[in-house]
Amino acid sequence: MVVRLVNAVVMSRGFPLLSGVDLEIERGSLNVVVGANGAGKTSLLRLLGGLDSLTSGAGHVAGVDLVEGDLRLLRRRVGWLGHEGSFYADLSVRENLTFAARALLRPVDDVVPALERVGLGHRVDTITKQLSAGQRRRLGLAWLLVRRPEIWLLDEPYASLDDAGRAFFDDLLRDVLQGGATVVVSAHDPLRSKELRPRTVRMAGGRVDNS
Amino acid sequence: MIRVARIVAVKDLRIEVRSRVLLWQVLPFGVIALLLSGLALGPTQAGNSSAGPGLFYLVTLFVTLLMINRSQAIENAPGTRASVATLGLDPAGVFLGKAFALTVELWITGLVLLAGSVLVLHTALIGTVEALPSILVTLTTLALAGTLYGALTQGGDGPATLLPVLTLPAFAPLLIAGERSYSAALHGGALWEWWVIVVVALVAYTAVGILLYGVLEES
Repeated sequence: MVVRLVNAVVMSRGFPLLSGVDLEIERGSLNVVVGANGAGKTSLLRLLGGLDSLTSGAGHVAGVDLVEGDLRLLRRRVGWLGHEGSFYADLSVRENLTFAARALLRPVDDVVPALERVGLGHRVDTITKQLSAGQRRRLGLAWLLVRRPEIWLLDEPYASLDDAGRAFFDDLLRDVLQGGATVVVSAHDPLRSKELRPRTVRMAGGRVDNS
Repeated sequence: MIRVARIVAVKDLRIEVRSRVLLWQVLPFGVIALLLSGLALGPTQAGNSSAGPGLFYLVTLFVTLLMINRSQAIENAPGTRASVATLGLDPAGVFLGKAFALTVELWITGLVLLAGSVLVLHTALIGTVEALPSILVTLTTLALAGTLYGALTQGGDGPATLLPVLTLPAFAPLLIAGERSYSAALHGGALWEWWVIVVVALVAYTAVGILLYGVLEES
């Protein structure tokens, strides 16, 4: 198991974001976390990414203990695509990816192929704030392709994507899964693609809903 | 640590060059503030160069606060913080990189304000040139302290207003020492004892930043 959570609780300023989550995720699997607004989808992804700490309970993600382990080490093993965008607005598309590549000692030569893979080959030198919302989302995916994380945490990745973008995204997920990575996606609705055979995790009230 | 510092400094400076916030917002504000200070003193006092060092550091304080907020705001854009956190950058390197970029920006601003001080407040040019090393070291120390306090305030509510409240007590000794050494260069007097305060603060803030920046980021 690449993820194991036992009665995981995350509090923020006295408010429970997650209130006792039990969850196991197999390595190399595709998992879609669905639920209404405020159900705890983003909070679960943030916990898995080491971006928030456990208040109580226990858990391991990518071999890192969420209670006593080094969350900075965990963060280097995950890739995060938030729904707001993931980069510096005043840098160009190429400069953003070069920053990520250099930070992680990845080859800078991977940058342009990653941009071409997500359909942004013609926007390499565009300033990021000039991209459309859908293009920024594609840039976020390119950022992850350059990073090649063990676990992909994608917070509502289908937002701002048109039908062609969704089809492209499903195609990309297939490649990522074939490469052995684990993918956790949050979404309002279950994934359309049956071919990818995703596991659906339903959340409600900060817990996994097993009913 | 040095590798990360270089990457972060290049990124921050590139963003500054691209956005031109320093050129079109911070520098005009600083020059106008200096000009208004001269007007407030009146033609007789403004022509008295003894007011120059104090007004220079007062305006530098305002400008520094603006630039610290700007430096931290770059990292706090929606989505950016989480994504960059997953890069797992060495916090000591991030601290040094951001402080270096802020130092460069403060040096540029400081040189423009010094020119304004000579022109508007009639501060002696030769004395100002003699004071330049102490001014640059003081600005470097302000950048180091500002980077540290900038990270500290970003986690709280209202960071733009919290920053001055927290930094003024920390900046006060630096500003006094900077002003005293600048005045000493202009009018004669003990210079080195004020230098010692600034240099000790520079070493202390560098050490504290390297050790604690990660803790501040997490908080």
